Amino acid sequence: MAFVLRRVGHSLVVLLGVTVVVFALVHLVPGDPVRIAMGTRYDPDVYAALREASGLDRPLLEQYVAYLGSALTGDLGVSFRSGEPVTTILLSRLPATVSLAVAGLVVALVVAFPLGVYSALHHGKASDVIVRIVSQVGVSVPDFWMAMLLILLFSSTLGWLPPSGYVPLTEDPVEWARRVAMPAVTLGLVAGSIMTRYIRSSVLEVLGADHVRTAESKGLRERVVLGRHVVRNALVPVLTIVGVQLATMLGGVIVVEVVFAWPGLGRLVLDAVAARDYPVVQGAVLLVAAMFLLVNLVVDLLYARVDPRIKVSR
Amino acid sequence: MPALSVQDLHVRIKDAQILRGVSWSVEHGQTLGIVGESGSGKSMTVLAATGLVGPPLAQVTGRAVLGAPHSSGRSSGGPDGPASATLPDGGGQDLLTLSPAGRRAVRGRRIGFVFQDPATSLNPILDVERQLTEGLEEHLGMTRRAARGRALELLEMVGIPDPERRLRAYPHELSGGMRQRVMIAIALSCDPDVLIADEATTALDVTIQAQIIDAVRDLQERLGTAVVWISHDLGVVGGLADEVVVLYGGQVVEQADVLTLFAQRSHPYTEGLFASRPRLGSAGGHLTTIPGSPPDPRSLPAGCVFYDRCTLRSDPRCATHRPELVPLAPGHLVRSFCATPVRDAPLDPEETA
Ligand SMILES: Nc1ncnc2c1ncn2[C@@H]1O[C@H](COP(=O)(O)OP(=O)(O)O)[C@@H](O)[C@H]1O
Ligand code: SF4
Ligand SMILES: [Mg+2]
Repeated sequence: MAFVLRRVGHSLVVLLGVTVVVFALVHLVPGDPVRIAMGTRYDPDVYAALREASGLDRPLLEQYVAYLGSALTGDLGVSFRSGEPVTTILLSRLPATVSLAVAGLVVALVVAFPLGVYSALHHGKASDVIVRIVSQVGVSVPDFWMAMLLILLFSSTLGWLPPSGYVPLTEDPVEWARRVAMPAVTLGLVAGSIMTRYIRSSVLEVLGADHVRTAESKGLRERVVLGRHVVRNALVPVLTIVGVQLATMLGGVIVVEVVFAWPGLGRLVLDAVAARDYPVVQGAVLLVAAMFLLVNLVVDLLYARVDPRIKVSR
Repeated sequence: MPALSVQDLHVRIKDAQILRGVSWSVEHGQTLGIVGESGSGKSMTVLAATGLVGPPLAQVTGRAVLGAPHSSGRSSGGPDGPASATLPDGGGQDLLTLSPAGRRAVRGRRIGFVFQDPATSLNPILDVERQLTEGLEEHLGMTRRAARGRALELLEMVGIPDPERRLRAYPHELSGGMRQRVMIAIALSCDPDVLIADEATTALDVTIQAQIIDAVRDLQERLGTAVVWISHDLGVVGGLADEVVVLYGGQVVEQADVLTLFAQRSHPYTEGLFASRPRLGSAGGHLTTIPGSPPDPRSLPAGCVFYDRCTLRSDPRCATHRPELVPLAPGHLVRSFCATPVRDAPLDPEETA
């Protein structure tokens, strides 16, 4: 329990650090952000209103405290562009991003777990070599290329799936699944290729461990030796890489979102940066950082659950 | 019949002849010591004999006959049929001709193992209870509950205080000595006929080492288990074994009962091991070791494999011929052209343990 509290506290401290960085973002930009943001659409009245609203006239520390205070209540300011609250904008994008990331992770795990374990158990054989080559290709293929191939095959040629677009899961699960399939496979194949390689090498390492020989010396069935003494142990270090992959997908996958017209955080950030909509950029960075920390927190807590040595060593 | 006997065991891995015709046997209730420097093939004899090493990695030939179950004082009936003198091997079974599943049924059930490093030979992410009960469930068909009860008894039996608490502990929460006691409890959990301890005390400090040896000796007396005790340390083996086999370069170079081996050791290699025993009191001092290194099993010399390290080699055949393992006296076998007993005062091996 003390471990959990300490770990949560640690995450909160890091998140506080992120708010400083995010806050500084606006002030590091040379020039007047509001003026820059308005660009050619400059209008003195709008300018004055936005400046007032953004509080850019006040001392820095005061601004930061105010920013932190309103962030804590869920107020992340308003978009320079649309005037909408940033929180509302982020929340509208979150389901698309989270549902795609989770779908991508599922695809990755479904690919990587059996292939990684199989490949390790057959290491050196032809099947292992094939898995290794395929996963190497999977890691190296650019995601837009993979996306194009999928669209060509499943939309243009076979006509099975719509080439792009998003339908919320809560609105129509079947339609959501049809739309999420290709972006999720695009993401999942890359992440899955990376994970396959980690799982393979982790299983291989555990296979040579002394405690596996002990398990064999006990006369346990092969299935028990593999399941309880090899794969279980091998998956502990793999948790980290699974977390990294999930966090990456949650952080916005710009190319995939653009290709599949997926209204996630990646595209939001892309558009906001292009429009110099600083409050939205700030809010999105903060949200992505928070999700990243959350995933890491969950991974660490899982780690401590499956590996009893962790609590002592930290 | 012996509890376990290995006959003419050959092991080949790729182009390396790891074992070249090793034979030994151990009787119920007796201890066989196997000594030799690191790399001499000690581990391989037991791993190959029990199928822990085998095809496709290694080619194994010979026989490894597990005797009929030892009946006296057995409570757990087990699935093994009654001994029958009419069967080949007199009711024993050759582990090398058994199916993999047959060998698996023997390991953990009739043969228990304790390995060198208790820090790595237990699974770090499973608690002691799980690691103790899984064999009981597998071999004796115990329920988890019954197995837990037996696990408690076993921990008590191997001298672990507060067994209730230790059952829930993970390996990293135990000291080295405790871990090795847990390993011994696991090895003995199904009341095996043979306990194989491969360098079981090598990773432990001297005091703990002595405690573990005492515990094993005591358990053996109570349970009647045959013990195969493997060590590079002739002193440790001398304190425990009834019969000793000295391995060098994948062959037995000398074999005798422990008193004969100590008092009338005749192979220059045995003499070298004897001189390099670590002794209590030689604290921190460097040990004498046999100059040179063991032969490479991929390119063995044409003559005696000990030739380039041998201090005797007075016989012209030493460089050109391989000596056979021949009896020097009844029950005392030596592989050397120049085998004459070293004239030492008889020595009580217990004192060197
Ligand atoms: N898996 C293996 N592959 C190839 N050679 C091996 C393997 N295991 C052991 N050997 C070789 O077999 C010989 C005997 O090893 P081992 O039985 O472990 O010796 P000991 O237990 O006496 O130290 C050594 O030369 C070692 O290098
Ligand atoms: S046969 Fe010759 S070389 Fe070999 S151990 Fe005996 S004396 Fe030494
Ligand atoms: Mg060894």
